[in-house]
Amino acid sequence: MNLTAHAPILAIAVPLLGAFALPLWAKLHRSLRGGWLVLVAGATAALTALVAVQVYTVGVQVYTLGAAWPRDTLTPGGFPIRIVLTVDALSAFMGLITALVAMVGFAYAWRYLAEDEGKTLALTLGTLLWAGMLGMAFTGDLFNLFVFLEVTSIAACGLVGYRTWASRGPEAAFKTMVMYTVGGLFVLLAVALLYGEYGALNLAYLARQITGSLIDRIALALLLGGLLMKAGAVPLHMWAPDAYGEAPAQAVILLVANTQISLYALFRVLFTLYGGVADPGVGWLVVALGTLTLLVAALMAVVQLDLGRLVAFGAVSQIGYMLLGVGVGLTAVAARPAYGLVAIQGGIFHMLNDAVAIGLLFLAVGAVEKASGHRNLAHLGGLGHDLRWTTGFFLLGALALAGIPPLNGFASKLMIYQSSFLLSPILSALAILASILLLAVFVKAFQGAFLGPRLTAAEPVPVPMLVAMGVLALGVLALGLFPELVVRHLVAPAADALWTGRDLYLQAVLGR
Amino acid sequence: MSVVVKTIARILLPVILVFGGYVILHGHLTPGGGFQGGAVAASAVALLLVAFGPGSVKKLKAPFSILEDLGGVAFVLLGFLGIGTTFFFNLLAGSGGLFGAAAPIGPNPGVLNTGGTVPLMNWAVGFKVLGGLGAVMVLFGLFGGDDDR
Repeated sequence: MNLTAHAPILAIAVPLLGAFALPLWAKLHRSLRGGWLVLVAGATAALTALVAVQVYTVGVQVYTLGAAWPRDTLTPGGFPIRIVLTVDALSAFMGLITALVAMVGFAYAWRYLAEDEGKTLALTLGTLLWAGMLGMAFTGDLFNLFVFLEVTSIAACGLVGYRTWASRGPEAAFKTMVMYTVGGLFVLLAVALLYGEYGALNLAYLARQITGSLIDRIALALLLGGLLMKAGAVPLHMWAPDAYGEAPAQAVILLVANTQISLYALFRVLFTLYGGVADPGVGWLVVALGTLTLLVAALMAVVQLDLGRLVAFGAVSQIGYMLLGVGVGLTAVAARPAYGLVAIQGGIFHMLNDAVAIGLLFLAVGAVEKASGHRNLAHLGGLGHDLRWTTGFFLLGALALAGIPPLNGFASKLMIYQSSFLLSPILSALAILASILLLAVFVKAFQGAFLGPRLTAAEPVPVPMLVAMGVLALGVLALGLFPELVVRHLVAPAADALWTGRDLYLQAVLGR
Repeated sequence: MSVVVKTIARILLPVILVFGGYVILHGHLTPGGGFQGGAVAASAVALLLVAFGPGSVKKLKAPFSILEDLGGVAFVLLGFLGIGTTFFFNLLAGSGGLFGAAAPIGPNPGVLNTGGTVPLMNWAVGFKVLGGLGAVMVLFGLFGGDDDR
């Protein structure tokens, strides 16, 4: 068996098998569960890295399930009706983000989750969510994209409603489930429309056949609506603060990665599927939604008193930056490729920066809640006396997210400001305004919770949780200090995959 | 429930289970398959719950959840069976063994012993759905109170 050739499917199948087998090991003995999780998570991360190395050094990887050869993407008659995985640089980049987030999340969960609160369930659902996210990133088929979207939805709803003993958990889970289901149905309807028109659902085949007819436009609108609902962009964001606020912290960072994977799916649809019939109006729509998202969410964050919800609105606001960057790219890349590509790079780089920085913040909030038992700013105060490391991590994450140099948020936000300035100065002014608002919000939260006299007693934070936060903090610093290296080697190929790499993507699947 | 319901339920229970098994077994030949058959079989649990009350199904919670996990594991492992060629490659089709007969060409009533790994995957999905839906129904019973109406 050639491991390199099979790596794309193994990266999805191993966590799937791991998730199904995890409860069985837990029933036998608790230590078996831990060992199995380490094995599965390590293998999945290694396989994802192997796929990424292959994609970045060799080129687009394809894998056909059930075929005589992994590269037989078409049936013997030449029909594009097989189950195909297509991994280009952007897919591999997203896979790496999920791997980082999942590994950190599992390390954090080791001591964060209490055993009698259903730890096995949370770990199982987390692994399943990871498998679904990798599936969404790697699939080359529109219907399988929908299937994996539903896999992530179900796992995510389970994690949101994890705290069944508190009344707000199930409420948030119900709200999230309704939004995810409606969004999923939108995507399914779009899939049905495209299937009715073209008779196949292979992304590359559809991208080559698409004509931009009225049906295609309706399908695009449905895909936009469904995927933005899943990504939590304003005005479809109402589930996100509840979900982020109520889910356990190690699951929240997986949920953040999940919204980014939904954005990835949206970018895949906009650039790869509809790239041939691009309409600048769609780019402007994405720009408008992005600006609305980053502004409204930052304004909503100002009035929050609950630390979890406050950070959650910050997370929603970051989705706006990604949409703005890629939207500017979509509007401008055809006419002025140089700065359109910088905008796309900014949006994609911000995904990685957001996963690291907002992940750090959510983990710090989880640590505060575990240590002091509170999350409301009215009850918190002076935690800096007891929780020194957590205080530092929260400050680092907050400053990074507000875009203070030399931290990572600044690096990608600068790219977004610069490129959106060329499209319209108002856009970058609004984006900077939202950043300033976020800075004010985080300064308020930091001062309220960590500074001042000691108001709440706090127990020490367990070491594995600190290590998990430390890894992300190192990421914040490293990505902020060496952004050129990351952009040149990881982000630029991923951005190229969306625009100039479109033909390579189609050729890898369809030949010619 | 009344004695009429209980008696009918006793008669229907094996019939429902057999029909669920039939739908799963013929999944590769007729409409239906693992999910549908599993759902049919799980309706037997609903019948038990309604006719005999929650006490009759309480003990089934742990077996159902194990069955669900085993179904999922079996499905992925069946996918791994063909990994020598590709994941999900149908190694058993046409091999002459279990479900390994060659499928006849042209109009025919359907040969059960064909399909390779597909019928096995149907069974895996069937057990997973039976386990999952069954466990959900047992939970409905557990949370619904103990009144044996």
